[in-house]
Amino acid sequence: MRFSVVVFPGSNSDHDAFYAASRVIGEEAELVWHKDTDLKGADAVILPGGFAHGDYLRTGAIARFSPIMSAVKAFADRGGPVLGICNGFQVLLEAGLLPGAMVRNDRIKFVSRHVAVRVEQTDTPFTVACASKQVLNLPIAHGEGNYYAPPAVLEQIETNRQVIFRYTDAHGMVSAEHNPNGSLNSIAGICNQQRNVVGLMPHPERASELAIGSADGRVVLASAVRWMSERVLRHA
Amino acid sequence: MKARVYVTLKPSVFDPQGRVVADALVTLGYQDVKDVRQGKFFEVELADADPATAKARITEMADKLLANPVIESYRVEVLQ
Repeated sequence: MRFSVVVFPGSNSDHDAFYAASRVIGEEAELVWHKDTDLKGADAVILPGGFAHGDYLRTGAIARFSPIMSAVKAFADRGGPVLGICNGFQVLLEAGLLPGAMVRNDRIKFVSRHVAVRVEQTDTPFTVACASKQVLNLPIAHGEGNYYAPPAVLEQIETNRQVIFRYTDAHGMVSAEHNPNGSLNSIAGICNQQRNVVGLMPHPERASELAIGSADGRVVLASAVRWMSERVLRHA
Repeated sequence: MKARVYVTLKPSVFDPQGRVVADALVTLGYQDVKDVRQGKFFEVELADADPATAKARITEMADKLLANPVIESYRVEVLQ
């Protein structure tokens, strides 16, 4: 399968995602410039981490208007799997492809460390290869990862099982102490109602090999491969 | 013609930056500071138009880009 990784001016995890998809997972990967208008035959799209357009105005606010985003939206509308990682998640929120918004971390600092993240749902393209409630050791690196949604929206995404990842302790228990940024309901990642668009603040692509501290993130991109092959079988 | 747009976090949204500024003011000796809310201020210069049209245009801009309606509210002022 082919992963297309969108490169915005200011993206800094684009090559990490490209490397994880191509060298670690062993699939085809393409870098797509934000001014391009087609996704180069993508089977899955990754919006990577970084500081797209310098995070000017608000995180993800300007990236949302990049020409490639029309193609990403059309791809998502057709049911194509889209993964937003960190800044990519913020772009998806600003673009309205996912509900809610990000505000600054409640702890007055940029947080860069490994955290435990529990997989809440396995019926998305990016978690289908995970075990239910599997706890992943993934790095986070953000100053603005404090997930917020108005009460009615929050209730709706919980009811619809759209919370895909939650911050927990190493045993998968949710607590304020293990919520690194103040996110409502310890939300680390969500999906849209159709479940094909997923965004998360942790960086699975930076946890692809034990040599860099954790290989737990592999399962996220490996899920997309499995989801793709099962979809091909379903349509065969 | 100029217009001003003031963008602030909605009251229901916690403002960590404002909280830090409030704490710093208290540390400076301003014990009477109870809270600070930090926002954004835009001065937009646009081609001359009647004030009602200008206000409608700027409001549209605020909705589309200057503010994120999920977390922020805004106020528009058109200057003569």
